[in-house]
Amino acid sequence: MIVTTTKGEMDDSLLEKREGSDETDNETISFTEYWLDGEMVHRSVHVVLKRNVFSEGITQMIG
Amino acid sequence: MANTQAMCTSFKVDLLNAVHAFNGTGVPAHTASTADTFKAALYLASATVNASTTAYSSTNEVSGTGYTAGGVTVTFGTAPSSTSTTAFITPSASITFSAVTLSTAFDAVLIYNSTQSNKAVSVHTFGSQTVTAGTFTLTMPTNDSSTGLIRLA
Repeated sequence: MIVTTTKGEMDDSLLEKREGSDETDNETISFTEYWLDGEMVHRSVHVVLKRNVFSEGITQMIG
Repeated sequence: MANTQAMCTSFKVDLLNAVHAFNGTGVPAHTASTADTFKAALYLASATVNASTTAYSSTNEVSGTGYTAGGVTVTFGTAPSSTSTTAFITPSASITFSAVTLSTAFDAVLIYNSTQSNKAVSVHTFGSQTVTAGTFTLTMPTNDSSTGLIRLA
């Protein structure tokens, strides 16, 4: 698979892939990083907004 | 400085004045039955966007390769709806910033109405992030009275 990096497009076989995730009451975050010789050359992030905090924080009473 | 998620107080006032139109149906304050254009802009973790924010500003907005000031258009493909006493609307697609490098940490997105003088709608925060030659995607919650992104109860 071709990955867009700070060095240009590279085949992922040349890169070290690191993935992680974090979940809070507010959101679920997952990220994908690609590293080349100890340098991070790509990082994408996916945030999934959740209901809990938004329900409390966004729902408002008018009046 | 810190960002705080909130429905902007000015937006609530704007709702009462029928300033915003998420959909072209039933909007007597607007001369044309067309929806306004809403946009999403990202803000640095050092910014202060919150309930007091009245309009989009480029101050402390993220900057970097591939990112255009003002952010991206938000798609509201479904008209506002309600269940019981709660009205709600949620963007019908994820908000995506593709092929960007955002090296300074950011943790908030401001949704605003670019048709109506960039008036603020809401601020949503998340864990501080950076992006390198990649994509930042915000996926929306389910559009219903319990989880919709913007709800008025």
